[in-house]
Amino acid sequence: MFKHFIWLEWKSFLRSASFGTNLAMKIIMGLVALYFLACFAILGTTVYFILDKEGFEPLQTVNKFMIYYFAVDLLIRYFLQKMPVMNIRPLLTLPIKKGTIVHFSLGKTALSFFNWTHALFFIPFTIVLLIKGYGYQAILWNIAMFALVYFNNFINILINNKDAVFYSVLAVFAGLGLTHYYNIFDITAYTQPFFQGMYDTNYLFLLPVLFLIAAYYFSFQFFKSNLNLDEGLAKKSEVAQTENYTWLEQFGTLGTFLKNDIRLLRRNKRSKTTLIMSVVFVFYGLLFFTSSIEAYDNPAMKVFAGIFVSGGFLFTFGQFIPSWDSAYYQLLMSQNIPYKEYIKSKWWLMVIGTVISTLLASFYLYFGIHTYLIVVVAAIFNIGVNSHLVMLGGAFVKTPIDLTTSKQAFGDKQAFNVKTMLIAIPKMALPMVLYAAGYYLFSPNIGLLFVALAGVIGFLFRDYVFSKIEKIYKSEKYATIAAYKQKN
Amino acid sequence: MIQVHNLSKTYNNGVKVLNVESLEIPKGQSFGLVGNNGAGKTTFFSLLLDLIQPSSGHIINNNVQVNTSEAWKPFTAAFIDESFLIGYLTAEEYFYFIGELRNQNKADVDTLLAKHEEFFNGEILKSKKYLRDLSKGNMKKVGIIAALIGNPEVVILDEPFANLDPTTVNRLKKIIKELADDTNTTVLVSSHDLVHTVEVCNRIVALNKGEIVKDIQTSPETLKELEAFFAV
Repeated sequence: MFKHFIWLEWKSFLRSASFGTNLAMKIIMGLVALYFLACFAILGTTVYFILDKEGFEPLQTVNKFMIYYFAVDLLIRYFLQKMPVMNIRPLLTLPIKKGTIVHFSLGKTALSFFNWTHALFFIPFTIVLLIKGYGYQAILWNIAMFALVYFNNFINILINNKDAVFYSVLAVFAGLGLTHYYNIFDITAYTQPFFQGMYDTNYLFLLPVLFLIAAYYFSFQFFKSNLNLDEGLAKKSEVAQTENYTWLEQFGTLGTFLKNDIRLLRRNKRSKTTLIMSVVFVFYGLLFFTSSIEAYDNPAMKVFAGIFVSGGFLFTFGQFIPSWDSAYYQLLMSQNIPYKEYIKSKWWLMVIGTVISTLLASFYLYFGIHTYLIVVVAAIFNIGVNSHLVMLGGAFVKTPIDLTTSKQAFGDKQAFNVKTMLIAIPKMALPMVLYAAGYYLFSPNIGLLFVALAGVIGFLFRDYVFSKIEKIYKSEKYATIAAYKQKN
Repeated sequence: MIQVHNLSKTYNNGVKVLNVESLEIPKGQSFGLVGNNGAGKTTFFSLLLDLIQPSSGHIINNNVQVNTSEAWKPFTAAFIDESFLIGYLTAEEYFYFIGELRNQNKADVDTLLAKHEEFFNGEILKSKKYLRDLSKGNMKKVGIIAALIGNPEVVILDEPFANLDPTTVNRLKKIIKELADDTNTTVLVSSHDLVHTVEVCNRIVALNKGEIVKDIQTSPETLKELEAFFAV
């Protein structure tokens, strides 16, 4: 039976729409993945020596931060790890035991990238421990850590789509992190002995293993009991509300599109995730402006942060224009659509998003007026230049977006993907160079002026860029329609 | 109204799915397109709406060549499949959206909706459901009525009878017949169902593997002739 499942998986992997369509992107992503793998492996090997040199006891120090390690792991998983998508519906009526289907779906997640990357850190670290004479208990510790990695894996499956649970967990950990940072309450004082216990005793490592078994058991039960078309696999439908936004009507056709875009953002799981990511990006700047990370503590990196803080929405939403409308693109193409108004509506949406992000970011004033001005000029640059670049890129993306993806229990969460980030990188470089040039050649304020000026100049090209994008939409029309028809 | 010249569509694998040398659909005609699966019905409609690129030839819709100009859009409306619906809108919002694109104000749309209240059978308007949560039949009802907004001169409906319950099929026939009686409106309907098509159309063209194999004006003998043609 499993042989058949594996055959199905292999076919679905090879034949998925995204595979092979963009070889260059695949190669770049492969390189980035390799880079991260190498980082992890190097970290695993060297962390012992670094900590030892700095005068810390390596294992104890690692254990101290394990609680955050696993919390961050869960966070990353929640956003990036795909759920065990196996096309389950057609299997239900075949003579296969439900238990087998669920076991396979869950087992498949064990092989996920998000699990085995941890091995690249833990295994080298454990080997170093063994070499340094930590004894066989190091292996017990290693087993315990892997049990916890897999425990996270199944917890993530259980809490998937339960945003309320997830965000309360997130809030608790964020609170703990902050109280730790300001020396109010240190959770690691309580958790460190637990993780250390995995090494110090011969039996405590069984506890995470038991956790893991329990988590697997509950995931199994949860999915098995929900494996009906009217429950776990059912589409949930919500009570619809009619919103007319009549005040937008004064803007004519532009208003018509804006109305629709606002509804699009508010009513689809996929686009809501985009909104949440934009808010997360606002706080991303804290890493840079607090000077807490040495490598980030230079002028160019601060502009980098400013671009992300003000442009989180612009990037996450903009890169998928016009893919957001992919589900009904045929309708739009057969209607009398003024392209310019359509593009303008999306542009305005990005401008509104950028302005709101910039206002939300006003708490950066705490770090001085210059810091906040960096965010503001970055916002100007985003509106003037990056909005155009993002839309130009989006016109070629042609990935159909399933707005309702996470509606199903076994849905896949792809709202925030790695590709996104890659396309965004070149848009960072220009303002960083401009600011650094002004900063070092003249003064920090001249640097700000350079970035803002670039934004204003970009804005002057708006109509030109819009007509370029319109031309792309027209010339790519047939290819785009064909691409959007392919569903994964 | 619509002229087809040497139109053909060949896919990359060399399969010719449509090959129509010449076809003329006069204004006001109700035109039925019948054929088996893969006969090229949807391909023809997609070409008519410029959703796919013709491999050769072209279509002229009211003196506008559809694959070079977009001027046919204001007077042409269509419902091909669910991809013409916007899933996250309620039915009303969708109708108003289409209305605004077709320069119809709210009152115009409301008048049209009121006229077709019976067709909706109380399951569409004010149903507190987004279109994505409607059943296939109800989606179809929404799409068909949306294609009538703004009194288009050309109405294209692909398989309008599929997925509809018997009562709704009869109501739909009434609607199409009304459109057919209007000499300003050219209606193009495709179907697998010979009986329905014969009933509502005054001309029927049968496609087989992309070629026109029959082109007949509807008469009492039409159904028999068609049934004989498609008999196994």
